[in-house]
Amino acid sequence: MTTSTITSHTTLTSSRTEQRRFWLLLVGLTVLLLLSVTMGVTLSPVAIPVGTVWRIVTAQSLRVLADLTTLPLPEWIRIEETWSTAQLNIVWLIRFPRVLLGLFVGAGLAVVGVTMQALVRNPLADPYILGISSGASVGAVSVLAFGAFAFAGVYALSFGAFFGALLSFFIVFMMAQRHGRILPTRLVLSGVAVAYFFSGLSSFITLTSDNRELARAVLAWLLGSLAGTDWTELVLPVIVLTVGSLALTLQARSLNALLVGDETAATLGVDTTRFRRQLFVTVSLITGTMVAVSGAIGFIGLIIPHVVRLLVGTDHRRVLPIAIFVGGIFLIWVDIIARTAFAPTELPVGVITSLLGGPFFLWMLNQQLTNRGGA
Amino acid sequence: MQLQVDNVSWSVDAQKIVDSVTLSTAEGEFVGLLGPNGSGKSSLLRTIYRLLKPQAGHILLDECNVWHLSAREVAQRMAVVMQERTGEFDFSVFEIVLMGRNPHKKMFDRDTEQDFQLVQEALQRVHMESFAQRSFLTLSGGEKQRVLIARALVQQARFLVLDEPTNHLDIHYQLSILELVKHLGVTTIAALHDLNLAAYYCDRLYVLKQGGLVAAGTPAQVLQPDLIRTVYGVWSEVKLHPLTGKLTITFLPESSVARVG
Repeated sequence: MTTSTITSHTTLTSSRTEQRRFWLLLVGLTVLLLLSVTMGVTLSPVAIPVGTVWRIVTAQSLRVLADLTTLPLPEWIRIEETWSTAQLNIVWLIRFPRVLLGLFVGAGLAVVGVTMQALVRNPLADPYILGISSGASVGAVSVLAFGAFAFAGVYALSFGAFFGALLSFFIVFMMAQRHGRILPTRLVLSGVAVAYFFSGLSSFITLTSDNRELARAVLAWLLGSLAGTDWTELVLPVIVLTVGSLALTLQARSLNALLVGDETAATLGVDTTRFRRQLFVTVSLITGTMVAVSGAIGFIGLIIPHVVRLLVGTDHRRVLPIAIFVGGIFLIWVDIIARTAFAPTELPVGVITSLLGGPFFLWMLNQQLTNRGGA
Repeated sequence: MQLQVDNVSWSVDAQKIVDSVTLSTAEGEFVGLLGPNGSGKSSLLRTIYRLLKPQAGHILLDECNVWHLSAREVAQRMAVVMQERTGEFDFSVFEIVLMGRNPHKKMFDRDTEQDFQLVQEALQRVHMESFAQRSFLTLSGGEKQRVLIARALVQQARFLVLDEPTNHLDIHYQLSILELVKHLGVTTIAALHDLNLAAYYCDRLYVLKQGGLVAAGTPAQVLQPDLIRTVYGVWSEVKLHPLTGKLTITFLPESSVARVG
C-alpha cells in the first residue's frame, strides 16, 4: 500500500468518526431533552408523579389528534383516567405549554445567536447584548399602547416585535461598520447604545400611556418570563423556529464561508448582499417572535453557540442542529430553577440568564481582548 | 479559460483607482501584475473576481461578462487566493479546503466520497495532507497560503486569481508556492511584488502605476532599468542569470549609483 492511500484513508476515517460523533450526540441530546421536558413538568412545588404526567400528556395528545383528524379513538388505545381534574389542568394547561415554550424560545435564541455571530463575525453577538431584543420590546409595547399594526390581527404583537427587531438590528449593523468592515468595539458599543435607547423608549411609552395594565405587562418584557403560557401562544414560535432553522441549516455552507470572510464568501459563490439581507430578516423574525411571547431573555444566544462550538467545532451543519437542542434544554432547566429555587417566589427566567450570562460575557470579552493583544 | 479585461475603470469619489485598464490572458498562461503599493493591483483584481463593479469597461471570462453571471457561476469558473484571516472562529484545515466545493453544491446536496477524495488529493498536492485535522488559525503564513491553494484546487476552477500570494512568506515558501501554481497549468493572474519572482515564473507581465497600465509584455520586454526607475523610483541592474536563464534584477541604493555615475 502506498503512503497516499494510507493518508487518504486516515482523513476519510476521521471525518466519518466526526459524523458518527455528531449523530451520537444528537441521539444523546434527544434523550436528555425528553428527560428535561419530563422534569420540567414534574418538578414543582405541587408534586405530581412522573407516570401520571406522561399518562396525562399521552391521553391529551391522542385526544387532540383525534379531534384534528375527526376520527374516533379506537377502544384499546384509551388510557384510564386515574388523575384529578386539578392535576390534568396543572400538567396539560399550565406546565406542559410552559415547558414547551421554554424549549422553543431557548432553541430559537440559540439559533439567532449562532446566525448573528456569523453575520457580524464576532462571538460576542447576542440579540440581547446588541439591543435587538430591546428593539423587539419597543415594537411589542407600541402594539399594546397604540394598537399599532392592527391589520395583523392576533399576530400584531409578534409583527410589532419583528419590526422593532429588524429596525434595531439594522441601526446597530450600520453603526458597527467602518469602510465596509465591522469593528468589534463599534459593534458592542453601538449595541449597548441601541439597547439603552430602546429600553428608554419602552419605559417612555409605558409611563406616558393611559393604559394602566401596560406597566405590568412591560415589566415582564424587560425581565423575560415564561409564566402564564397557554397553547395558543406556542403556534407561531414553533412555526417560525422550524422554518427559520431549516432555512438556515440549508444555507449552512454559505454561513461557514461568511464566517471566514466577506470576500471569501463572495469568491466561493455566495451573493453576500442578498444572503445578508436574508439573514437579517430571519434573525429579526425569530427574535421578534420569541420576544413577543417571552420577553427579552438575555445571553442564551451568547452562551449556547460558544458551548456548542466547543462540542462540535465551527461547521454550521453541525452547530445549528446541536444549538437547537442545547438551547432548548438549557432554557427548560433555567425555568425549572426560576420556579423552584426560591419557591413560593418565582423569578423571571431573564434574571437567571443575566446572572449567568453577564459574567460569561465579561470572560469572553477578556479572552477576545487578550488574544488581540489588548486592542 | 481566457480572461479579457476591456477598458476597465473603477473609482472612489471621483478618484480613479483603476484607470482604463485593458489586458488579457491566454489559455494556460501565468500572467503577473506588477506595480508599487497603491498602484491599484488589488482593486483591479477585485473587479476581475466580481467583488467591485467597474464604472466603465467589461470583464469577460471566455467571452462571458462576469456581471451577467451569478456569484456562484463565477465561482465555478474562477478561484481566488488572497490574504485571509478567519478572526476568532476556527475551522479545521479539512473544513477550509472542503469549502472549495461550495460553488458546486446545491442546497440539498451532501458531501460525497468524491468531495473528500478531492480534498485529500489537493492537500497532498500542496504537501499539507498531515495537517488535515489541524486548526487553520494555528498555521503559519506559508501553511495557510498552501491550504488556500488547496481550496482553489478543490474548487476545480479553470482560472486562478492570486493576490500577493507570497506576501510575508519565507523565501522557501515563496518559491514553493509559485512553483506549485506554475505547474497546475491553470490560467493564472497574480499580483506580485517581487520582481525577481515575477521574472522567473510569469509568462507575461502587466505593470500598473497610479491605476493605469504603463507596460506590458514578456519579462524580458518589461523589466528594464528605465521602467523600474519610472515605476518604483529605484535604480537597478538587470541581467540574464547564467543558471536559470531568466532575468535577475539587482536593486542599487542611491549611494552606490552616485559613486558609479
